[in-house]
Amino acid sequence: MIAIINYGVGNLFSLKSSLNFIGADARVTDRAEDLREADRIILPGVGAFSDAIEKLRATGLDRVLIEEAHRGKPLMGICLGMQMLFEKSLEYGEYEGLGLLQGKVVAMQGVIPTGLKIPHIGWNALRFTQEDCPLFKYVNNGDCVYFVHSYYATDCSRSTAAVTEYGAELTAASAYKNIFGCQFHPEKSGDVGLNILRAFCETEAVK
Amino acid sequence: MITKRIIPCLDVKDGRVVKGVNFLGLADVSSPVKLAEYYSSCGADELVFYDITASAEGRKLFTDILTQVASRIFIPLTVGGGINTVDDFDRVLKCGADKVSVNSGAIRNPSLVRDAAHRYGDQCVVLSADVKRVDGEFRVFAKGGREDTGMEAISWIKRCVSMGAGEIVVNSIDTDGVKKGFDLEMLDAVCSAVNVPVIASGGAGGIDDFVKLFKALPGVDAGLAASIFHFGEVKIKDLKQTLRDNDIIVRL
Repeated sequence: MIAIINYGVGNLFSLKSSLNFIGADARVTDRAEDLREADRIILPGVGAFSDAIEKLRATGLDRVLIEEAHRGKPLMGICLGMQMLFEKSLEYGEYEGLGLLQGKVVAMQGVIPTGLKIPHIGWNALRFTQEDCPLFKYVNNGDCVYFVHSYYATDCSRSTAAVTEYGAELTAASAYKNIFGCQFHPEKSGDVGLNILRAFCETEAVK
Repeated sequence: MITKRIIPCLDVKDGRVVKGVNFLGLADVSSPVKLAEYYSSCGADELVFYDITASAEGRKLFTDILTQVASRIFIPLTVGGGINTVDDFDRVLKCGADKVSVNSGAIRNPSLVRDAAHRYGDQCVVLSADVKRVDGEFRVFAKGGREDTGMEAISWIKRCVSMGAGEIVVNSIDTDGVKKGFDLEMLDAVCSAVNVPVIASGGAGGIDDFVKLFKALPGVDAGLAASIFHFGEVKIKDLKQTLRDNDIIVRL
């Protein structure tokens, strides 16, 4: 079973539907025992970092999530959920993240050339930076996925699995041991996105 | 680099796609679910569903259909038509829409844009503007293009962006249905005024019109059309291949 953490942020309809569509047993949940029982965990998220991390901590599920991740259970963060895996975010202040991946989240503003629109919204190509990343076993270098974001992870070269080009190289996906992240929305990225979810469903726990 | 998007728009009434659709090899051409699957498989980057029903039963049918589409098609879905309140946003977002397009509802009550953007984020709020030239200026029209609001279009669009509209659909009434190309002059004026994605609508008659659009106006992010896709005059696969052959970056 895949537990999709429900902590009151964002709409989980498409994420659950996409996992069901590929035959996965996905459960939207806010219960600690479901996270412990699950084979894999997905941390979704939209909106502002400070608001989301606060809400997650208010549920107490952040501690369960970190425990399960340290046990080696596969965990994937999506969009803001991925950003929360890093050590900190500089979105409207400085906020501590979950610290499961090294790196920090910063604004595109001031990094990408002026004239490029922010948020970075639309379909953009993945360029793989890791060999044999388990998330990409069913997709190809150069495949397009759907992004909607204004902040991105940096100082995270150890975990970066793919980047995308938008006036600068932006971290698009992360993979380090059992911890994965997608800055884009696999549940909105057509067949490519479904294939990334399918690959996540086949990742193994790291002992 | 980010790709240019091609977006088919489907008008739905009482759970069926209207305006007629004429595809080879599709048995039930008025089923929104089947059409959405077809377009998604052809490479459409996003789908717009426009609810043109007026009755409560029609609304219910629409959200049922939307739920079915969102359970099977995993590309961004935008919903428009009959969006007058934040509750209307809530109703369609719960059924799997990613973005909600407002038009007359925002004209009647501009704070709808701000309230919705505050609650769901700017990326969720699409302003759709029906624009026509009147007395040498661009004028916003309401009620499906029937009513002149008297508002100058560029300042209306800028105002909505400042309140949180994350994307603008510019539908030129002057070129709509004429099939002689998009309204480049109007679109250029909008692109120069705002820094959010601009979606061109109205006037596409063939593949060349999309090539001209993206070549002439690099600031335009997407092209939207209805009948030329529905009647098969333009096949999305061919369109995207031609765009790529013309060095316009698209998702193939």
